[in-house]
Amino acid sequence: MSSPLTASVKPDASAVASHYRKILLRRFILAAAITLLILLSLILDFTLGPAGLSVTTLWHTLFDAASADAGTRVIVWELRLPFALMAIVVGLGLGLAGAEMQTILNNPLASPFTLGVSSAASFGAALAIILGLGIPGIPDQWFISVNAFVFALMACFILDGISRWTRVATSGVVLFGIALVFTFNALISILQFVASEDTLQGLVFWTMGSLARASWDKLAILVIALLIIVPLSMRNAWKLTALRLGEDRAVSFGINVRKLRLASLLRISIISALTVAFVGPIGFIGLVAPHISRMIFGEDHRFYLPGSMLIGALVLSMASVLSKNIVAGVIIPVGIVTSLVGVPFFLSIIIRHRGTL
Amino acid sequence: MNDGLKISDLHSGYRNKKVINGLSTPLLPRGRITALLGPNGCGKSTLLRALADLNPAQGTLALNGEDLMTLPSVKRAQKVVYLPQSLPQGVHLHALESVIVARRASGVEAGGNVENEAYAILHKLGISHLAMSYLDQLSGGQKQLIGLAQSLIRKPDLLLLDEPLSALDLNYQFHVMDIVARETRQRNIVTMVVIHDINIALRHADYAVMLKDGALVASGIPREVVTPANLATVYGVQGRVEFCSQGLPHVVVDGLTT
Repeated sequence: MSSPLTASVKPDASAVASHYRKILLRRFILAAAITLLILLSLILDFTLGPAGLSVTTLWHTLFDAASADAGTRVIVWELRLPFALMAIVVGLGLGLAGAEMQTILNNPLASPFTLGVSSAASFGAALAIILGLGIPGIPDQWFISVNAFVFALMACFILDGISRWTRVATSGVVLFGIALVFTFNALISILQFVASEDTLQGLVFWTMGSLARASWDKLAILVIALLIIVPLSMRNAWKLTALRLGEDRAVSFGINVRKLRLASLLRISIISALTVAFVGPIGFIGLVAPHISRMIFGEDHRFYLPGSMLIGALVLSMASVLSKNIVAGVIIPVGIVTSLVGVPFFLSIIIRHRGTL
Repeated sequence: MNDGLKISDLHSGYRNKKVINGLSTPLLPRGRITALLGPNGCGKSTLLRALADLNPAQGTLALNGEDLMTLPSVKRAQKVVYLPQSLPQGVHLHALESVIVARRASGVEAGGNVENEAYAILHKLGISHLAMSYLDQLSGGQKQLIGLAQSLIRKPDLLLLDEPLSALDLNYQFHVMDIVARETRQRNIVTMVVIHDINIALRHADYAVMLKDGALVASGIPREVVTPANLATVYGVQGRVEFCSQGLPHVVVDGLTT
């Protein structure tokens, strides 16, 4: 029987297997290439900036600190290194959080930024900066970050709680997220309204999202969190890929979708909350990285998740380089750069997915 | 003889609405396609979802003598596979990958070379040329066959297809049903298909179950189930069953019942 569904000439099994293996190999090569680009961007991030450093000076200061002068040592070890590495680690975290969010909520617009997690963190920071409200006993240098973390985490659980309570579809969760964005932004506005000039300035700077808040302590906490969370995400890569085929199909494959979503949300919450708490809201990385990864690696989550992490790291590292070199002698908060680059990308996503949003 | 599916006193529905209330059927045979017939909202999809553990249900579902209701979800999913009407849009996966995922996702089985197994299924269904195409580039009919490949690679004992022919043209409808019939026989599994087109059911199904308001109206071989009386009771139409020059039955609807 003739049918447009089937082909009269069928490819050989070994040809298909070889084609598939080539695709897998290409993905590994692309991941390696992106890693190299990250290293290149890292070197640029080290060397370019208000106090320019040559690669040689950098090399000597890193590997023979005693031979470098004290000023250079401080610039490299206390400023440049944590700053540049933070860009990469935060990029990895936001890339992972965005990718998992888009999968479990089945929405290409889901990200820590669009779901209100960043706004909640900003509100927590605002409470600490303007009213001095926070968790008692927390040391001063952690006061704002801990508050931001608690509120970001709270936003994730409010989102989960409301969606469970109302049993809305995943598309509804995104709408709740948008409602959270507006709610927390309104609360921040109230605090801004009553704030003194000094505290207002502090809050405005915090909400811009800046890598200048990087420190070795914060870096260590984020790295440890990623070391714990990434393997857990990767262990669920097949299940998350199956979820892309639809919830009913995933359940039919024997996946406990509710448990998968809850565990994923917990991981995302921790990573998003930590990143926003440490560097402030950095928009669009969690949104654009998954989309670029999807285009390059497809949606096999064994590649899509690490791909989104690597692209997040690359984009944020490049944004960090840009933020130091757009205006000579001035470091623009990186959140401003990512937003400016991200908005056109965001619009292109909306246009491309206009039939499915 | 326990070979097949026996539904006894099944209750299922949604939070505020009971759709199926105490449904029992005769033994639905293995190696045969059972068509689920009935008007919109009569509980066909709810029944399939209840069988697949997607909707809460009470009752007994004996599949080849084993009660599915007593099995943990993962074990039940190894025996029962449900194929919804359509794939979500914009899924950027190769067709081959989507079939591999179906096998690996639950993390239970998947020994051996799953890639080869996935390719063999695509080849058998005559769609191996689509293996490296992205799902979001396929037509509706091609997606249905990929969905069927995803279902078959799980080696189910009970295959549930929810309106697999919706939005397919005549050629695609016949092709998909021919493949479903062939695989059902070769694998000796119970296949239940929600079909809206009575004539397709008469042509392709071996057995039919007709529902109205979540209750069984008739069951048996399609020619015995699709009768003018049942068409009037279930669909509210005046219908005749005629036979074409090749001796195949088809329904002609003269109008609505008054």
